[in-house]
Amino acid sequence: MPGEIIIQADHIDKFFGTFKALDDVSLTVRQGERVVVCGPSGSGKSTLIRCFNGLENHDAGRLTVEGVELHEGSPKIRELRQNVGMVFQQFNLFPHLTVLENLTIGPMKVRKLSRRAAEETARKYLDRVHIPEQADKKPGQLSGGQQQRVAIARSLCMEPRVMLFDEPTSALDPEMIGEVLDVMVELAQSGMTMVVVTHEMGFARKVADTMVFMEQGRIVETSPPETFFTNPESARARLFLDQILEH
Amino acid sequence: MAPPRPMSFARLMNTRPVAVALYLAIMGVIVWGSYVGAQNMGYNWQWYQVPKYLFTFTEDGFQFGEIMVGLKTSVVLSVSAFVLAVVIGLVVALLRLSGLVVGSAVAVGFLELIRNIPLLVLLYLFYYVLGPIFGLDRWAASILTLAVFHGALVSEIFRAAINAVPQGQWEAAASIGMSRAQAYRWIILPQSVRFMLPPLTGEMVHLIKSSAIVSVIAVAELTTVGRNIISETFMSFEIWFTVAAVYLVVTLILSIGVSRLEKRFATNQ
Ligand SMILES: Nc1ncnc2c1ncn2[C@@H]1O[C@H](COP(=O)(O)OP(=O)(O)OP(=O)(O)O)[C@@H](O)[C@H]1O
Ligand SMILES: [Mg+2]
Repeated sequence: MPGEIIIQADHIDKFFGTFKALDDVSLTVRQGERVVVCGPSGSGKSTLIRCFNGLENHDAGRLTVEGVELHEGSPKIRELRQNVGMVFQQFNLFPHLTVLENLTIGPMKVRKLSRRAAEETARKYLDRVHIPEQADKKPGQLSGGQQQRVAIARSLCMEPRVMLFDEPTSALDPEMIGEVLDVMVELAQSGMTMVVVTHEMGFARKVADTMVFMEQGRIVETSPPETFFTNPESARARLFLDQILEH
Repeated sequence: MAPPRPMSFARLMNTRPVAVALYLAIMGVIVWGSYVGAQNMGYNWQWYQVPKYLFTFTEDGFQFGEIMVGLKTSVVLSVSAFVLAVVIGLVVALLRLSGLVVGSAVAVGFLELIRNIPLLVLLYLFYYVLGPIFGLDRWAASILTLAVFHGALVSEIFRAAINAVPQGQWEAAASIGMSRAQAYRWIILPQSVRFMLPPLTGEMVHLIKSSAIVSVIAVAELTTVGRNIISETFMSFEIWFTVAAVYLVVTLILSIGVSRLEKRFATNQ
């Protein structure tokens, strides 16, 4: 893949106390690439992508995102976060603000855009996630699927260069998973660079360029989806796939 | 139609007429008891003297009496001290939550100091020790004492309310590039207001009540006025009853007002 490098992790470790949550992890994500990360619970998937926007600090190794080397207290971290969108499992919308305000507060306060410019962008992305009519509601009045789409739009309003997703559909009722995945597929088709932690293997097959399988803080396997789904290199990944594809 | 079921004893006691009658009976016994008690010690009731200390109608028209003027002083004192207490409370809470070792050490030191000195001693410290050093008069010493004492309590209210906002809100704010200060201003503090409103009202009521203590350094507020009237007229029963009732009315109005406000807040969320 010829694209420019967006995220470069070299041998990073992360400890919580004495517990090693990331163990010698190396990964490269290039412009326009879609990486899907999967693995059993507690394997360090969230920890890894939270390192990518500095919500966690790694303890050893080198991590470079958008050309900025991250370390604890890095002064460039705020600038970097404007270019790295993040979507959380629990949505984390701002409950005291309307949907529109959720989308404009970042551009207005952080990027110092005018209200008009910010609202214009916000409406564009509300259209993109197919809920233009919900602009004036509070998040609490929306369904889970709608809330997660607002959260995606909130990130997009900052015009990020890469989007991180941490199990974006795990907190949703089954009938709402589809509408969120559809939005993510469209985003992938528009050329966005994405790192997605998910167990939705149908989605992974459709959009992934690279599959990453983690276990116990390590990346056990990195392979293209054709290989990963038909003939994974590691026995662990094969076992994991058998388990989740059974349902 | 089914025959009406016989009412249980508890249900009967809770019907409105019975409850009101019972309440009046209990209050009546208490009032009558104190009246008889006072009678037995030969107390000379002069309630007719009291209204002129509340307000008078003269040829100049309506005028507030001494007690109402004292109340006004109490209210101005309490409101000034409360505003300052809120500022102190917010600063101390933010210092404590700043994650800076120095910040939280200063905050904890302040809290422990204030919490472990009696209010009366704190007032003496401000008036007799810091007063001469920094040129504080009675009024300034009173406001500062109340503000510092209640500021410590208010800071704990702020801290609890800020901590009640889920961690995910911080992360979401950070992930769109907000600084800590921006996250506080736009995301965290607006959400913590509804957690702080009830305890802050309680603290305001508490402050109004503890403001009576400045009567020991002769600030002319409600309690001082009451004492002065008694020293001239010897009507201690009537005046202390009246003063207590005035405090009660003010704090009740405050509580009711805020519970209305809270309901509005709750429906707005
Ligand atoms: N803040 C923390 N403090 C201590 N331990 C933590 C913390 N965050 C994560 N861990 C531990 O690190 C390990 C990896 O956690 P992580 O959340 O990255 O796993 P995950 O792969 O995302 O799992 P899941 O599928 O359950 O979300 C877990 O064992 C977890 O208990
Ligand atoms: Mg996780």
